[in-house]
Amino acid sequence: MERIIFGDNQFFGVNHSSDEKSRAQAIKFKDNQSILNVLDIAIEEGIYTFMCTTHDRMADICQTIRSDKKYENYKIYPCMPYAHKYANAVTELGVMGSIKQYLPGNIFTTVAKGGLAFMQRDFISLMKLLVDAEMKMFKGIDTPVIFLQNVVTDLLLGLGITDFLVAFHQYVREKYKAEAGFITMNLPMLLNSLESKGIENPTICTSINKIGFRMSGGRQLYEKVIEERRCKLIAMQVFAAGSIAPKEALEYVCNFRGIDSILFGASSRSNIKNSKELIDTFSRKTDNIYSKL
Amino acid sequence: MIRTGIIGLGKMGISHCAILGAHPDVNLVSVCDSSALVITGFKKYSRFECFSDYKKMIDSMNLEAVVIATPTKFHGEMVMYALNKNIHVFCEKPFLLNPNEGKLLSDLAKKQNLVNQVGYHNRFIGTFYELKNLLRLNVIGELYHFLGESYGPVVLKEKNPTWRTEKGQGGGCLYDYASHTIDLINFLLAKPVEVAGTQLKSIFSKDVEDAVYSTLILETGLTGQLSVNWSDETYRKMTTQITLLGKGGKIISDATELKIFLKQENENLGLTKGWTIKNITTLTQNVNFYLRGEEYSSQIDHFINAIKTKSTTTSSFDSATITDEVITLLMKDISSN
Repeated sequence: MERIIFGDNQFFGVNHSSDEKSRAQAIKFKDNQSILNVLDIAIEEGIYTFMCTTHDRMADICQTIRSDKKYENYKIYPCMPYAHKYANAVTELGVMGSIKQYLPGNIFTTVAKGGLAFMQRDFISLMKLLVDAEMKMFKGIDTPVIFLQNVVTDLLLGLGITDFLVAFHQYVREKYKAEAGFITMNLPMLLNSLESKGIENPTICTSINKIGFRMSGGRQLYEKVIEERRCKLIAMQVFAAGSIAPKEALEYVCNFRGIDSILFGASSRSNIKNSKELIDTFSRKTDNIYSKL
Repeated sequence: MIRTGIIGLGKMGISHCAILGAHPDVNLVSVCDSSALVITGFKKYSRFECFSDYKKMIDSMNLEAVVIATPTKFHGEMVMYALNKNIHVFCEKPFLLNPNEGKLLSDLAKKQNLVNQVGYHNRFIGTFYELKNLLRLNVIGELYHFLGESYGPVVLKEKNPTWRTEKGQGGGCLYDYASHTIDLINFLLAKPVEVAGTQLKSIFSKDVEDAVYSTLILETGLTGQLSVNWSDETYRKMTTQITLLGKGGKIISDATELKIFLKQENENLGLTKGWTIKNITTLTQNVNFYLRGEEYSSQIDHFINAIKTKSTTTSSFDSATITDEVITLLMKDISSN
């Protein structure tokens, strides 16, 4: 995995500290070209991996990435599903209605032949169909890691239905020759659960920041788990939605050898450049300290 | 460990199920749903005992607590059954279609010394909680107006109906969305006792309203506006905002930000003259298990804690009944228009 991964929240109006800012961002990134422009800036600053939700708008962006030579070595880490799409659909259409809406028509018809009986026998096949439906937009693009969004990971974790996490892990490896990643707000609990199912050294993306924001069970527990280096770890929400100054925030995460990658999103060249430089500098410092030990 | 069961595995029920399943003080033993598909899935993959008849579950599982997350029209009989079997009840919102029933159930819960809570989760959001504290300290002086708003993208085009879009089932924007806003107004300010100029607008739905606009008069005499619309796709998800105007300043709060404007500095609270912005990142407490928002875990923690300490809850049957009464007032106002 690359040390720095570019995130997409800013493009789709996700801001954890201000609904107002999130609306302003939604206006700013109304056009797909404005998103591509920022991705280009990130590439110029040396960030070649984009982690993004399977938002409807990504399909168009993927179209450009597929067809333009300048993205030849570009990598995307898809994160599925785009939860609000499904949550709103379930409120409006019910569970069955949503499945009908989001499964590709012909596949659903095939499934519908077996109807309920098919799904009752095999929910894991249904999961595979949904993964395929979400992955369609990335055809022809390098997707070395495919993530399950935290709302699904954590839901299954809480329900204790970890067979699905294992099945996702296997399916992504077999079908897409990719590594499965899990986004979670519950790192310690998830890691224990995955290990108990025989998944060693999983790829996990989770909130890690100096103020302990969205680190369930508390910062101390997280720090202990990070130091144990039992998983390939991507730190997200490192700025705690803007509550920590960039220098302080990045110094904190770069100090851990147990953190492999840092995910951040930004909209301006100065912020992208600044964060990239800070991560490079602090990471070198940490490497130097440990190489002397 | 509190032996707990869940009735109803829709969107909220499944979410509660995960939170209870991960809770260190809860032994979630059983689930119940009328959908064969859902129950088959749970039977096959989960560790819980599965039922399709809630009475059978309650009669056989020796539960101490139950979470009811079915459509609103079923709440009354289910809550009653559980209370009569001496079980603590957490019920989803809106509580009941008939507010008269609320008083009965509340009295029964009190008589039986049972913990009772309704799932108005905004009461557990850090920004709104802080806002309540500031109001207690009278930080913007005498209030003269409020605005309670909720917007989101639920019904965006004409579609086939589900229970949420059918009349008389607890569906519609009034029950589903506006109940949250009304409850928050009651929590932060006071009980609404009168309504006026109500507009219930169907935008895309055939049988129910997609927007609610009204004037609310609180028991303190304070008046303000309610503006709720679930057909607004400029919002990515449901967003609730409260604006308060006082003689000494103004406060605007949603689930992420608390914006305070003061005419004069408040030294005691360390608030400067002009704008102060507080974010949820510093106003929220970590939870042991996170799913969708701290408030969903916090409200369950609160319920479980009330059972352990034999205390009352902040979102009781009593307070939820007030919200049901206001919903009834709004509907009456429309029919008299």
